[in-house]
Amino acid sequence: MKNTDLIENERNVFVNDHQKVRNFKNKLLLVVVVLFSALTAFPIILIVGNLLVKGYHQINLAFFTQVPPDTFTAMMAKSSGQIIPGGIVNGITGTILMVGFASLIAIPFGIMIGIYLYEKKDARYANFVRNITDVLQGVPSIVIGLITYLWVVISITKGYSALAGSISLSIMMLPLIIRSTEETMKMIPPTLKEAAVALGTPYHKVIFKVLIPSSLGGLMTGILISISRILGETAPLLLTALGNPAVNWKLSQPTSSVPLLIWQFYNDPNMVSLIFSSSLFLMGFVLTLNLISKRIAAKRSIQ
Amino acid sequence: MNQNIIQINQPILSIQNLSVAYDKDKLAVKDVTAGIKKNAITAIMGPSGCGKTTLLRAINRMHELYPNITTTGQIKLYDENIYDMSTIKLRRKVGMVFQRPNPFPTLSIYDNVIAGYKLNGIRLKRSERDEVVETSLRNVALWEEVKNSLHKKGNFLSGGQQQRLCIARALAFKPEVILLDEPTSALDPIATAKIEDLLIDLKESYTIVLVTHNMSQAARISDNAMYMYLGELIEYDETTRIFTNPQNVSTQNYITGRFG
Repeated sequence: MKNTDLIENERNVFVNDHQKVRNFKNKLLLVVVVLFSALTAFPIILIVGNLLVKGYHQINLAFFTQVPPDTFTAMMAKSSGQIIPGGIVNGITGTILMVGFASLIAIPFGIMIGIYLYEKKDARYANFVRNITDVLQGVPSIVIGLITYLWVVISITKGYSALAGSISLSIMMLPLIIRSTEETMKMIPPTLKEAAVALGTPYHKVIFKVLIPSSLGGLMTGILISISRILGETAPLLLTALGNPAVNWKLSQPTSSVPLLIWQFYNDPNMVSLIFSSSLFLMGFVLTLNLISKRIAAKRSIQ
Repeated sequence: MNQNIIQINQPILSIQNLSVAYDKDKLAVKDVTAGIKKNAITAIMGPSGCGKTTLLRAINRMHELYPNITTTGQIKLYDENIYDMSTIKLRRKVGMVFQRPNPFPTLSIYDNVIAGYKLNGIRLKRSERDEVVETSLRNVALWEEVKNSLHKKGNFLSGGQQQRLCIARALAFKPEVILLDEPTSALDPIATAKIEDLLIDLKESYTIVLVTHNMSQAARISDNAMYMYLGELIEYDETTRIFTNPQNVSTQNYITGRFG
């Protein structure tokens, strides 16, 4: 039989298209997908709602300006049916101090390493650094806390300190900033770099005046995401910053932070309602940062 | 000596036995020797992968951006070997315009024109800056279109306007030579015609080397034309002669559209 006849024969074979079965399967899959996403979204809405209902009445001016009360005061307030006096100002200032100092360390390191990985894509050392970065991202935060305890708490500050807390947090920020910098740089069209080089621009100015300004939106997004990631870190701070009942701005002293306070309130049956207001505050803050970073990413994306 | 290559008297650029290799043994440009005429448009033509872009980039050493490059031979700008000059000095004298318009998206139109000065840390007085910006933009016939929005970012400009802005950026440095790498391949016919008119005006005061895929463009605007194939310079002649009476069979086939 000739080839054309073969094709002609195959054309004449009746093909069952199973249309009804296929349509049914399509709809079934759609239902499953929607159901599963609803199942995921539902707990999140419940968490936010729960925090709002249980936490809002503690949030007042004192919440942002005073330190937490002692157990006895809290117990008295609770038994007389009043809200617990005092707030979490030591936690807020401690978080600002440690997250700020951690960013100060991690941002320059992270951006420089990210640029290096982008510039030397295939160098063996760059691949090594990239793999190490991935490993670092997978290290449990308590382990990072433990290492910082050994390196900083024992040998440098000779005691729990905000510095140790900042260093553990900055180690956690590093991989996020490195990868986001590298990914942002990859999105810059290479023609832009060529334009700068063709004008005889020295290498360091290509980086600081062309690459970094053009990718500022992406860099900011990466930084904000890494900050919102470490804002809620508790485990490494337990081993490094410990906590402090008073406001502290000294890097060499033990310092509190919002998640540390939540942990302390949890261990005190008289402070339960402060747990919810602190969690609400922390979540609101992280959420705001995330929204801002999304805004920046949308506004300053490279076309 | 290849008899299909014309000699140029007192060339501004003389390329001497230039070879460029990728990964040590893959030759992109093979032993090219040619002179470039001053205040003229020289077109480099050839099928894809023939080494024309590499040759162009070798003239202001942009090809050194690629990894694992080895270059032998020399290119002289007047009497100076460009491989002995600093890249900053060289690229001030030999400007470049790329295939796709690439103005700096973070800078205003004004700052884009003087980007060469800004990025190299050369300080100019305000009046000097204004003058450089105005003359450069007038040279590319863009001044009237953008004079009221000089301090806005250039992303509202059309592709053709952006490409003229990129030419203005190259002109602002007052180069001797301008290299253009298929400058109109991303543009529509009207914008292309404007750029071509502009190039013909510019050759009064600048030397222009142009890589093009578009043979009719080479025929329209160039004075001399090179034909390259597989890294070799096959034929180099006055444009009118190369198009009417090509000496080499390969050139003839390419020009008549039989391949390429």
